[in-house]
Amino acid sequence: MVDLTPYRAVLASRVRAQRTYRANFLLDLSSSLLVGLVELAEVWVVFRSVDSLGGLDLAAVVLVFGLADLSFSLADLAFGHCDTLPTYLRAGTLDVFYLRPQPLLLQLITSDISLRRLARAAVGVAALVAGLAMNDVPWSAGAVALLVLAVVSGIATFAAMFVWAAGAQFYLVDGAEATNAFVYGGRYAASQPASVWSRPLVVVFGFFFPMAFTAYLPVVTLLGLPGPDWMPDGLGWCAPLAAIWAWALALTTWRTGVRHYQGGGG
Amino acid sequence: MTVRTYVRLFVAGFRRQSTYRLAAFGGLVANATFGLLKVALLFAAVRTSGGELAGYDVAMMSSYIWISQGLLGSINLSGRTDIADRIRTGDVAVDFLRPVDVHLASVATEVGRSVFALIPRGLPSVAIGAVVVGMAVPDHASAYVLGAVSLFLAIVVSATTVYLVGAAGFWLVETRGVAILYMVVSGFLAGLFVPIGLFPGWLHAVATATPFPSMMMYPVDILSGRVEGLASLGIVGLQLFWVGTTVAAGQLATRSGRRRLEVQGG
Repeated sequence: MVDLTPYRAVLASRVRAQRTYRANFLLDLSSSLLVGLVELAEVWVVFRSVDSLGGLDLAAVVLVFGLADLSFSLADLAFGHCDTLPTYLRAGTLDVFYLRPQPLLLQLITSDISLRRLARAAVGVAALVAGLAMNDVPWSAGAVALLVLAVVSGIATFAAMFVWAAGAQFYLVDGAEATNAFVYGGRYAASQPASVWSRPLVVVFGFFFPMAFTAYLPVVTLLGLPGPDWMPDGLGWCAPLAAIWAWALALTTWRTGVRHYQGGGG
Repeated sequence: MTVRTYVRLFVAGFRRQSTYRLAAFGGLVANATFGLLKVALLFAAVRTSGGELAGYDVAMMSSYIWISQGLLGSINLSGRTDIADRIRTGDVAVDFLRPVDVHLASVATEVGRSVFALIPRGLPSVAIGAVVVGMAVPDHASAYVLGAVSLFLAIVVSATTVYLVGAAGFWLVETRGVAILYMVVSGFLAGLFVPIGLFPGWLHAVATATPFPSMMMYPVDILSGRVEGLASLGIVGLQLFWVGTTVAAGQLATRSGRRRLEVQGG
């Protein structure tokens, strides 16, 4: 059994540190809340001007948005800090991490837990609840299981995206924005109806980075909506398989990246 | 003599940016990916509304998407600037010793950097749009000239407005919260994800009361031929108004901030 005490101590200290600067923390919380609200507004502005888009009406897309945003913000809470890896690489401060007796990836993840992202998760929860109330959900044990499965796999899939991006940074360094296209572009894609995508987008965000599996496909299965042509019935149940694939991709990229790293020359 | 100094700073900013080629490539990947996602969603929205949505047909929507994506490298929507860091750390004290205006020097460098970004990020984005999806163009040649003027003004308004976020640091020291707030609001109101023409009336009024549409929406409107004739001159006039307002505010903030300046550490 692995001893988790050091991780718990590190995480507790991060939480305390953020709550120390109260004014800044409150400003952070409200900014994050606003980020979530503006993202919801972007979806709303498009869907209010049409009856339905790609088989989703406003009620259904709110549900898709809620699922995607809740999963993304919880993954971001724990793994979002991977984004700062290029800064460590450029400054050469990553080498310090090698001196500590903890695995590199776990240190990177625990080096910051952004509590402010809880505010964004709150927007996701609110949209999810509103979405479930607005739609005619055929409630059953199966429906609950599908939702729980979607949230858990969604968090895992988005978390894998952050780890994949961090692994790719070892090669890109200055080109960090290329991975943002898929991490944050992926979040944007996850709240869209995948049925409107062109074939290249289906390949990239439907399967290679399985963003459609985090929210859109489970909702189509849950509400029994007409899905896109390429979707067999019940594909929404395959969200865990998508998460496993995403993690396989992420860990392979991370390991290759770490092997490639030659040190900061400090 | 003084104008030449700022022209030199402009050229220095331009050349500095030209050394980060991989970063420019990463940015282009992000531009194209987000662009294709926007194409999928917004084209579907236009098609389901019978070929026209709030005055946009498919070709005009394509122009909006690819010109605005191309502008992303040149418009600061992150709220973060070098000058904000220099004010926070107190390094700006050194800048005040130099025989240049701190405000104008910072803006000139930022504008130079932004104009360079049009080459690796702006032109390819528009090329992708023109080749892959097709775009609407203005009817008269004069619209290109006015469009170029409007584009330059957009870059200037972006630099002078984001400077104010950094200048808030004279009073707040840490401006990260303000920068995040700026990031959220500026992109949405500039028309980054949805053209502000699709906003409901009240939200459209809010957007036009801010300098943000001057940074992206207005030059895009002129270059896509959506706004023509006298109306396009009115738009450029509005941009000039925002340049004047933000420059005046920047001068004022820099002068009174200088008196409040606290130098961190020694």
